[in-house]
Amino acid sequence: MKELETNCVNTWCPGCGNFGILMALKKVVEELVNNGTPREKIVLVSDIGCNSKIVDYINVNSFYSLHGRPIATAEGIKMANPDLKVIVFTGDGGTFNEGASHFIHAARRNADINVFLHNNRLFALTTGQFTAVSPKGLKGKSTPEGNIEEPFNLPELAMTAKASFVARGYSAKVDHLKDLMLKAINHKGFSFLEILQPCPSFFNTLQDYNERAYEAVDNNDSKDKAMALISEWNYNGEGKIPLGVFYKKDRYNYEEAINKDTNDNKVDIDKCLEIHL
Amino acid sequence: MKNTKEFSIIVGGAAGQGSRKAGLIIAKFFNELGYNIFIHEDYQSLIKGGHNFSKIRVSTEEIFCEREKVDFLLALDKKTIDQHEDKLTSDGKVVFNKDKINFDKGIGVNADSIVKETSGLPIMSNTALIGALAKIIGVDFSILEKVLKKEIHKELEKNIEIAKKAYDSVETLVKFESTGNGHKPLLTGNEAIALGAVSAGLEKYIAYPMTPATSILHYLADHKEELNVATMQTEDEISVINMAIGSAFAGKRTMVGSSGGGFALMTEAISLAAMSEVPIVIVNSQRPGPATGVPTYSGQGDLLFTLASGHGDFIRFIICPSDATEAFIWSNKIMNLAWKYQTPAILLVDKELSENTFSFDKDKVQGLKKEEGLMWDGKGEYGRYKNTDNGISPMVFPGENTEVIKVSSYEHDEKGITVEDASSIKLMQDKRLRKFEEMKKEVDSLEAVKTYGKDSSKVIICWGSNKGVCREVGEKLGIKVVQPIVLQPFPIKQMQDALRGAKEVILVESNATAQMENVLNSYGIKVDKKILKYDGRPFTLEELESKIK
Repeated sequence: MKELETNCVNTWCPGCGNFGILMALKKVVEELVNNGTPREKIVLVSDIGCNSKIVDYINVNSFYSLHGRPIATAEGIKMANPDLKVIVFTGDGGTFNEGASHFIHAARRNADINVFLHNNRLFALTTGQFTAVSPKGLKGKSTPEGNIEEPFNLPELAMTAKASFVARGYSAKVDHLKDLMLKAINHKGFSFLEILQPCPSFFNTLQDYNERAYEAVDNNDSKDKAMALISEWNYNGEGKIPLGVFYKKDRYNYEEAINKDTNDNKVDIDKCLEIHL
Repeated sequence: MKNTKEFSIIVGGAAGQGSRKAGLIIAKFFNELGYNIFIHEDYQSLIKGGHNFSKIRVSTEEIFCEREKVDFLLALDKKTIDQHEDKLTSDGKVVFNKDKINFDKGIGVNADSIVKETSGLPIMSNTALIGALAKIIGVDFSILEKVLKKEIHKELEKNIEIAKKAYDSVETLVKFESTGNGHKPLLTGNEAIALGAVSAGLEKYIAYPMTPATSILHYLADHKEELNVATMQTEDEISVINMAIGSAFAGKRTMVGSSGGGFALMTEAISLAAMSEVPIVIVNSQRPGPATGVPTYSGQGDLLFTLASGHGDFIRFIICPSDATEAFIWSNKIMNLAWKYQTPAILLVDKELSENTFSFDKDKVQGLKKEEGLMWDGKGEYGRYKNTDNGISPMVFPGENTEVIKVSSYEHDEKGITVEDASSIKLMQDKRLRKFEEMKKEVDSLEAVKTYGKDSSKVIICWGSNKGVCREVGEKLGIKVVQPIVLQPFPIKQMQDALRGAKEVILVESNATAQMENVLNSYGIKVDKKILKYDGRPFTLEELESKIK
């Protein structure tokens, strides 16, 4: 789809995992449009950081939000117009450092938005500092002796926060990632898709992920199976890294509940004033 | 009692005892008789106990403030007598529950005995006291019954029976006649803000509870059936405003509200709204600060902070109404202005406006409606930030048109794509500057400054809720009162006109550092005398008069 291009010059580093994510996104938009979703019904919302430049590189509606806040922005968009498909592109720093509270609350209330998390496991655009997802011991400019903090396990955190869709993809497996993105978008409710992404400049995990990441069989609503898959990798040590849908369960519709009985244009201020007589 | 044209009463009790409701019912007697009403609410940040009171003033004239002295004290507890007996006029009376309170003056009512005889609930002793007071002030029983029917929803028959017994147990001391005027809706400032915004098309209200702004959320949630507004309570004020900006981007008129601390958390996103040019209305209802301050009291200490709220170079509308009617009018106008200029806009109020009750002048809000913002005409290529002559770029909402809409917190080109080169940065800032010029022109066309009274050599300047007391003092002493309502963009021409010929400018403000003086000085207006109050309480009529004389 030629018209998905913008005239913005791409400034990602050569070999950046973001290229694979952008490629998967373009395929996703094409498939959605081919299957009857008008392109104008898609809205991308981004954070600030390398990951968030993605909205400049694709010609689809977008809101380039503040660092840490795109989940809140996206919730507002979806609440105001539930017909839109709202997709957040954000990083591990923006979502689990600056904006952690928005993530857990959006998951808990089951806002019908999709959070696609570019996880390069550090702040890259600010030239390499640890985030809440960086492995213990990671050396960066703010931690020359190594990160002393424990990382979050993101899918585990998402499960605890009651996310109704939890999955993990990998930027180097573009077709698999595209499928996961579509599954997330088609899920009604809060979808969390962690996307492992090597950062060739500050934390090049390409070879490591290529060796350890594998496509697991998708799980449905078994929490035990979800937790078993999730616990295969703890963000620090060795072992295989499962990819795929870890958990999926339908919950109530938040936007429908919030907007209940408000869309029939029956505003009657005079009736309200009578109560005050 | 000599003067039946005006009357004040304090209704007091412990929190949870129902003094506020009792006060509203009494105010409604007078409303039925066609009087103008003003109720000042005083309460503490606690759930049970403490001391709450409503100070009700009624008059045949327009009134927007309280008097020091009261004609009656309706005491639901002993503390009310202890704290307020000194405020009674020389022939003022305490009306109290004789079965509960040991007090040898005033008019004791056997409220508990009456309730017991009627097998009512303990809370119904309030009804007995209200019934007795109605008789004492000469209110017909039919009016008492009518108001009770409107205000009491549980066990109405029993309440009426109790009220009747208490009514018959006392003598009339003073008779209030009907003024012949119709009755008016009694609205708090927050209720008026909510209704004004709805009249301008409000569809979503998002908030985190914070006194004294919370009752906007309560009111809209409670009146969804009539007002059709979806309300959301979220995890914090940061999410509140970011969600609201998302909602407005998607095409829905959206408002948020908080007080100082919560408003402070919103400021990063106020800057986002300015940069992304998404219209948003924020209510900041002030309490005394800094920090947590005093949650249930009032102040005007956020003025300079609000004028500069949000990082970066931009202006926002800041409007400060003073009573419920003005709150409705300006809540309507500020919503329309926010959408006309695609900008953040702040309604800066305080607890005295938010939570006090006023007689609402419906005639003054006739014709106020939603005015549409500039929408794209579908011609040519669409750019969300099209570089137009007046700096205002036509809007399209996502999902409604095949054009791509890109908005951004980053500096951007006309299509919303990130830019960092010098000429693009300047181009966009210049576009916004032209829009700010249009905003200034708009303010010149509004009644952004109100004056009361004839030209005089002494002039009082006040803003927000202090207008009420200043206006009455000004009228009494023959001093002109000047009230700037729009504070950003500052209506300098209108202020200069209003102050022409003034020899002595007296500034009345509810803060400690005379923040408005700072603003006035920056426009070359000198203040000769400052009357500042920063104890969380409003000026009474007598207090301000003695300070101005």
